[in-house]
Amino acid sequence: MSDKDKSGMETYVVPDAPFRPGDTADFGGKWEEKPGDLNRPDPATCKTEDTVEHANGLIRVLNDDGTASGEWNPQLDANVLIKGLEMMMRLRIFDDRMIKMQRTGKLSFYMRSFGEEAVAIAQTMALDDHDWIFPSYRQPGAQFVRGRDMVSMICHCIGNTEDNIKGRQMPVHYSWKEGHFISISSPVGTQFSQAVGVAMASAYKGEDQATITWLGDGTSAQGDFHYGLNFASVFKPPVILNVVNNQWAISTHKNIATGGKNFAARGLSYDIPSLRVDGNDFLALYSVTKWARERARAGLGATYIEVYTYRAGAHSSSDDPSRYRPGDEFKCWPGGDPVERLKEHLIKIGAWSDEKDQELTEQIDSEVMAAYKKACEYGDLASGPFPPASTIFTEVYEEVPWHLQEQREELGK
Amino acid sequence: MVEMNMIQSLNSALETMLEKDENVVIFGEDVGYFGGVFRVTDGLQEKHGEHRVFDAPLAEGGIAAIAFGMGLNGLRPVAEIQFADYIFPAYDQIVNEIAKLRHRSGGEFSTPVTIRTPAGGGIKGGHHHSQSPESQFTHTPGLKVVYCSNPNNAKGLLTSAIECNDPVIFFEPKRCYRGPFYGDPHNVPTWKNHPKGEVPEGYYSIPLEQAEVVREGDACTVIAWGAMVHVCEQAIKDSGINAELIDLQTLVPWDRDTVVNSIKKTGRCVIVHEAPKTSGFGAEMIASIQERCFWHLEAPIIRVTGWDTPFPHTTEWDYLPNPERIAEAIKKTQEA
Repeated sequence: MSDKDKSGMETYVVPDAPFRPGDTADFGGKWEEKPGDLNRPDPATCKTEDTVEHANGLIRVLNDDGTASGEWNPQLDANVLIKGLEMMMRLRIFDDRMIKMQRTGKLSFYMRSFGEEAVAIAQTMALDDHDWIFPSYRQPGAQFVRGRDMVSMICHCIGNTEDNIKGRQMPVHYSWKEGHFISISSPVGTQFSQAVGVAMASAYKGEDQATITWLGDGTSAQGDFHYGLNFASVFKPPVILNVVNNQWAISTHKNIATGGKNFAARGLSYDIPSLRVDGNDFLALYSVTKWARERARAGLGATYIEVYTYRAGAHSSSDDPSRYRPGDEFKCWPGGDPVERLKEHLIKIGAWSDEKDQELTEQIDSEVMAAYKKACEYGDLASGPFPPASTIFTEVYEEVPWHLQEQREELGK
Repeated sequence: MVEMNMIQSLNSALETMLEKDENVVIFGEDVGYFGGVFRVTDGLQEKHGEHRVFDAPLAEGGIAAIAFGMGLNGLRPVAEIQFADYIFPAYDQIVNEIAKLRHRSGGEFSTPVTIRTPAGGGIKGGHHHSQSPESQFTHTPGLKVVYCSNPNNAKGLLTSAIECNDPVIFFEPKRCYRGPFYGDPHNVPTWKNHPKGEVPEGYYSIPLEQAEVVREGDACTVIAWGAMVHVCEQAIKDSGINAELIDLQTLVPWDRDTVVNSIKKTGRCVIVHEAPKTSGFGAEMIASIQERCFWHLEAPIIRVTGWDTPFPHTTEWDYLPNPERIAEAIKKTQEA
C-alpha cells in the first residue's frame, strides 16, 4: 500500500527525464526564441532588472539558416571565426583520438566535450589573454585558445614522464599555469566559489584581470554554487559565473537538479545581471562573454550566464547513456551541432567551403596523430614509463617534511 | 616584551603581518567592523581598511573557498572560522582543495591559506562550541596543523603560519584566551605575571615543527597541546613526580627529536588531549613513539583524553582531562 493509499495525501514528487530509451525525443524542432528578440543592454549601465528577459529568454545570434543577426551579433572578422572553427574541430578530433586511446588501454579514462565544443572555446576567445580560466572537466578546449601544445595535454592524460602534474590526477584534470588555466578538481563545483576568491585577489591588486568559471546543471545543486553566487553578489569581483546546462549529469536529468524552469533566472535573486545563451551558437557565446568581460573591466562585478546546450556524448568513458536516454536524443536537440552551425555560417558568408573543411580536418587529424605518437614516446599507460615514485612525496608541502621523507625511504625508490 | 593575553598577542601577530606584507588579508564572520566575537581582530579594520580586514557571509564553505582562490592568486589570506565546531561545512574545501592544490597541480599552483579557529572546551559551550577537531586535519596530507597554548607562542606560531607557503590550520584554545587554565574552573587566573604572558612587541616568530619543553624532568614524559598543557603542569605538580612536560605546538609535522629524546631519557610517557580518545592524535603519537622508542620504554604509554562521546554542557569538567586523572596516569607509569 502506498503512502497515498494510507493517508489520501499526495506523496512527494520525483521528476523524470522527458525521454527515456525507446522514446522518440522531441524538443519541438526549432527554438522559439530568435536572434534579435533580445536587446543588448549597455554593459556599463546595465542593472540586474534590465536582464530579466535575458535570463528567461535565449540569446541567439545564428539564425536557423546560418545567417547572423541581432544586437548581440559580435560582428567578428571571418578570420577570427575560422580560428574558432579550427579549434572546435581540433577539440573534437582530439577527443575522438583520446577515446580510441582509452578503448585500447592507452588511457585509464577520458571525457569528451562532444556537442559542447563552442562553450570553452568561444568564451575563452572573448577574454583577455591573462584572464584566469577556472574550468570544470568539460572545458579543456580553453587550452587550445591559449595555445597549449597537444603533446603536453596527451602526456597529462596518459600520466607519463612528461605529465606536468606528474601522474597525480586522472586524465582530463589539466593544470597549466602558463595559460592561466587553473588545476581541475574532481569534486564538482568547488571551483565556482574559489573563482570568486581568485577574482577578489585580482581586484585587490588593482589588476584588470577577470576570472571565468563553469559548472554543470547537476552541480548547481551543490552548496558551492550558492557560495559562489552569494559571495560574488556581496563583494562584486570581476568574475564570470557560468552554468553549463547540458541537460544531463551522468544519468541525472536537470529536472532533478532544480525544480525551477531554468538556471539563469536564479542569478536575478542574487542581484547579478543574468543571461541565458544558446550554448551551441558560437557567436552568441562569444558575445555574451565579451559583454560580461566589459562589465568586469568597468568594475561592475559578476555576470552570471546559463549556457543552454546538450551533452551529445557520454559523461565519460565509464558511462553508457543508452541505459538512460534515447540514443539519438542529441540529434533532436534544437541547438544542433555547434561545429556544423559555425561552419554553415562561414560558408554562408563566403569565408569557408566544404573543400577547405575537408582539408583542415585532414590536417588536424594528422597533427593529432603526430602529437599522440610523440606523447607515447614519453610512456603509455600499458607499459610506462611513469613519473618516478618519489613524486608521490614531493609537493605535498613546499618542502618534504621528516615524516614523508621517512616514508619515502621506506618505499625505497 | 609586553604583557599580553592571548587575544592581544594574536591581534599583535595579525597587526604585525598586515604591516609587513601587503598581501595579507583577513576575513571571517564578525571579524571586520566588530573585531571578532573573541575580539582577536579588534581595531584591525579601522587601521588597515575594509579591503584587508572584512566580514564574510555566514558560510564557512564559502570562506574557505575564497581563501583558496585568493591564496592561489598571490594573496596570503587569513580566514577565521568562528568556532572549530563550525569548520565542517568547509571540510571539503580544506581537505580536498586547499590541502591538495600544490600536489595535484604538479607544483604549478599553491595556496598559502591560514585558517584560525578557536577550539576546545571549558567555556560551558556544549557540544557545538567546545570540540577540538585537530585529528580530523592531522589525517589530511598537505595541511600543517598548529595548536598554540599561551600568548607568547600564539603570536610566534601565528606569524609563522601566515608566512608559511603551505596551508595551516591554526587552533586557538579559547579557554586560555584570557588566562591559563589549570583544570580548576573555580580558579580563573589571568596571564598577568605568567612568564608566557610576556610577548615581543614587534615581529616575532616561532618555527613550526618545534615543540617546547615546558618543564624538564626525568621520571616521565607528558605530551600535550592547547589548554591541556597548563592542566598537565598542574597535574605534574600534584603528582609530586619529576615529569618532563612537552608542549607539542605543531602537530603536523611534529617535533620528532624533542619527543624521542625525552622519552629515551624518561622511559615513560603520558599523552593528554581533550579531543575524544579513538583515533585522536594521541594514538598517532603512541604508535610513532613505540616504533622509535620501544626498547627505551619502561611502562605502557597512557592516554588521558576526552571521552568518545559528544562534548557535554554542564558536565564538561567530567569530560575534560583534569589534574587528578592526569596525575594518576603519571603515577601509574611509575609502577611498572
